Amino acid sequence: MKTAAVRWSALALTAGLVFAGCAQGTSDDSSDDETGGGATFDPEAELSGELNVMGFGATDEIGQTRLDLASEAIAPVEVSLIEGDLDIQQFLSAVATGEPPELVYANRDQIGTFASRGAIIPLDACIDGEGIDTSMYLEPALNQVTFDGSVYGIPEFNSVQITQANADLLAAAGLTLDDVNGSDWDAVSAANEAMYVGDGGSLSVIGYDSKLPEFLPLWAKANGADLLSEDGRTAQLDDPAVLEALEWAVSIYDAQGGFGTVKAYRDSADFFGAGNQFATNVLGAMPMEQWYVNVLNDVSPDAPMAFDTVRDRQGEPLAYASGSAWAIPADSANPEAACRFIKTMTETDSWIAAAQARVDLREAEGKPFTGLLTGNAEADQAIQDQFVKPSGDEKWDAAVAATYEANENTFTLPANPADAEFKTAWQDAVNRVLNGQQEPAEALAQAQEEAQAALDEAWATWDEREEG
Amino acid sequence: MASTQVNAPGTLGDGRAARARRIGRRRETRAALLFISPWIIGFLIFTAWPIIYSAYLSLTDYDVINDPNYVGLENYEELFRDPDVALALWNTFFFTVIQVPVYVIVSLALALLLDKAGRASGFFRTAFFLPKMTPPVAVGILLLLLFNGQSGLINEALSWFGIDGPAWTTDPDWVKPGLILMSLWSVGSSVIILLAALRNVPQELYDSARVDGANWWQQTRKITVPMISGALFFIFIVNTIAGFQTFTEAYTAFFGSGNTTYSNDAALFYVIYLFRQAFEFLNMGYASAMAWLLFVIIMIFTAIQIKVSRRFVYYEGEQR
Repeated sequence: MKTAAVRWSALALTAGLVFAGCAQGTSDDSSDDETGGGATFDPEAELSGELNVMGFGATDEIGQTRLDLASEAIAPVEVSLIEGDLDIQQFLSAVATGEPPELVYANRDQIGTFASRGAIIPLDACIDGEGIDTSMYLEPALNQVTFDGSVYGIPEFNSVQITQANADLLAAAGLTLDDVNGSDWDAVSAANEAMYVGDGGSLSVIGYDSKLPEFLPLWAKANGADLLSEDGRTAQLDDPAVLEALEWAVSIYDAQGGFGTVKAYRDSADFFGAGNQFATNVLGAMPMEQWYVNVLNDVSPDAPMAFDTVRDRQGEPLAYASGSAWAIPADSANPEAACRFIKTMTETDSWIAAAQARVDLREAEGKPFTGLLTGNAEADQAIQDQFVKPSGDEKWDAAVAATYEANENTFTLPANPADAEFKTAWQDAVNRVLNGQQEPAEALAQAQEEAQAALDEAWATWDEREEG
Repeated sequence: MASTQVNAPGTLGDGRAARARRIGRRRETRAALLFISPWIIGFLIFTAWPIIYSAYLSLTDYDVINDPNYVGLENYEELFRDPDVALALWNTFFFTVIQVPVYVIVSLALALLLDKAGRASGFFRTAFFLPKMTPPVAVGILLLLLFNGQSGLINEALSWFGIDGPAWTTDPDWVKPGLILMSLWSVGSSVIILLAALRNVPQELYDSARVDGANWWQQTRKITVPMISGALFFIFIVNTIAGFQTFTEAYTAFFGSGNTTYSNDAALFYVIYLFRQAFEFLNMGYASAMAWLLFVIIMIFTAIQIKVSRRFVYYEGEQR
């Protein structure tokens, strides 16, 4: 009797497991959630339900102010944040199981990969329905979230590089900012050698740090080349202008005893502390993102700093931009609320309110407001006009001016379905050169092959899906 | 008082007793299965099923979000064409072949020292074991600090002897030696196991050897090592498997939070490459094929080690 019961239970359990297994992938494929077409995006519509946001944390006054406004705009929808950097595996698994968050916050360069795999929906209906004016976003930022002709993300924030230099070291070597802003590579090389102090494998002052491997796209663009074609389909890593840029940027390290020596010295620095490389006069100049100005201003306000934009070889300002983006996952349970939330988070008034909160906080701390790059050109202009005032300290004002100038002269790599593989290919190539394992031409040729193979495969999958 | 009926062998009572024993054993088996059923269910769902499923995924093109697309043996064929697989395998073999013997020898040397430490042995046991408590991610970051070519403690110490230390964290020739040295940070657990084994070696054997005129080295070679060969073999085999699966410290130092853009091919171990394929490039099918290749390699090495161990490992009470 008992044995029979056990057998029947086991049979029922097995059948349950088998049917549960078979249930995978049998969800209603006829729904039009992949395009968001089932949702009605109407700015006057009453909203309800929940909005779980993955990858976003309101960790400062900029985030919190906008979050409050966006939450109010979609009330009574209950907003929950799944904080921390976006975990791609967690996100894609959630989408695969049909239970994604209602909204996701990602790096802009991830949007192409998500879009190509059908993990997020195009926002055309959302943009039209809620009346989002996309012309207010910075064009390079919008390009970064536009995949195969459709906008898949709404950009926010913009990170740009500016030239950051030690004015005392420049003056001692008889140099000016023009010698290290990148407009003349020979001048940068000469400045590097003039400011560098070292002896063989030992280094005590880095003359110039060309910030490889991460800034290869910047130096390539300064030399007139893009790493990837405009449509995101063709790698251009073996372009002679890219090769020339890499050779020059590597030569900066070679002149100082090699990359290993410079990196070891760089790694041992108190980067975020009062003993940072500029405050302790052990770094001449480098291109660096604008957020580091805030760090320097906070921890070493008296450091002898000088700032300019990074410039291309024609002397024009240039910055390789990155930032974040909002996207609505496929099968999002509340795309209407997600869309209005995005709209409010990124609209000009929200940014101005957030900037006001930061200005108030900085004033309370007795520190200057160093600007805010939002990814929204209209908001950037309004914030600059309204809040950016001379601080009384010329060097920090120069940093802010350089930041805004750089913000108007950015470029990005286009969205593509194999961003991670593409980035790994060129970064590994640069690293092989820096580690002395390959010559630049050989490394870039290998990277070109690897990157193009990854792009071809990913685009072929996307094209097949589109045709199917 | 209850009376006991005793039946002669071969009688009806004998059959009844055997049946009662069978029923008893069956009940015991059922009870045992019931008690271990939480583990069995957990094993089936969280271990056996993923293993079987990964075998299936290794025959597919799968990106997590879309349904797996069956591609036959294509992923396995790609393993033999992918130069990074060959590089990662070479790095992993090099690391394992050097690291495991070094690790075992250092563990044994420290255990032998501790065995002679007398009353202070408790303190040193704790001191040696403490680094094992450090999270592997922290060990990866620590590596970058200790082995920094400019200001690291290792090169600082070498400079006291007039040695100009290498660029451990960037020179491809020195990256793996640095990682091997750093792995000794967690030698404490093996030391404790070997120390326990050493304490179990009968003192009479040493006394007899001394009477026969054996010196320390002869005693160690002829008595200590054979008597603790079981523990040594355990450490050897466990560390060999761990060597093939090495990941966290190297990933943190050369691919993860320690270096977000800088990486070094010399530290591209097999599991790191597998992780990148799976979780950075979302090539889950290919990564599953990589996992199965690693499984086969580890099985082969383990089988060889077990075969060889039959000649060298002594287990007390074992019939030969």
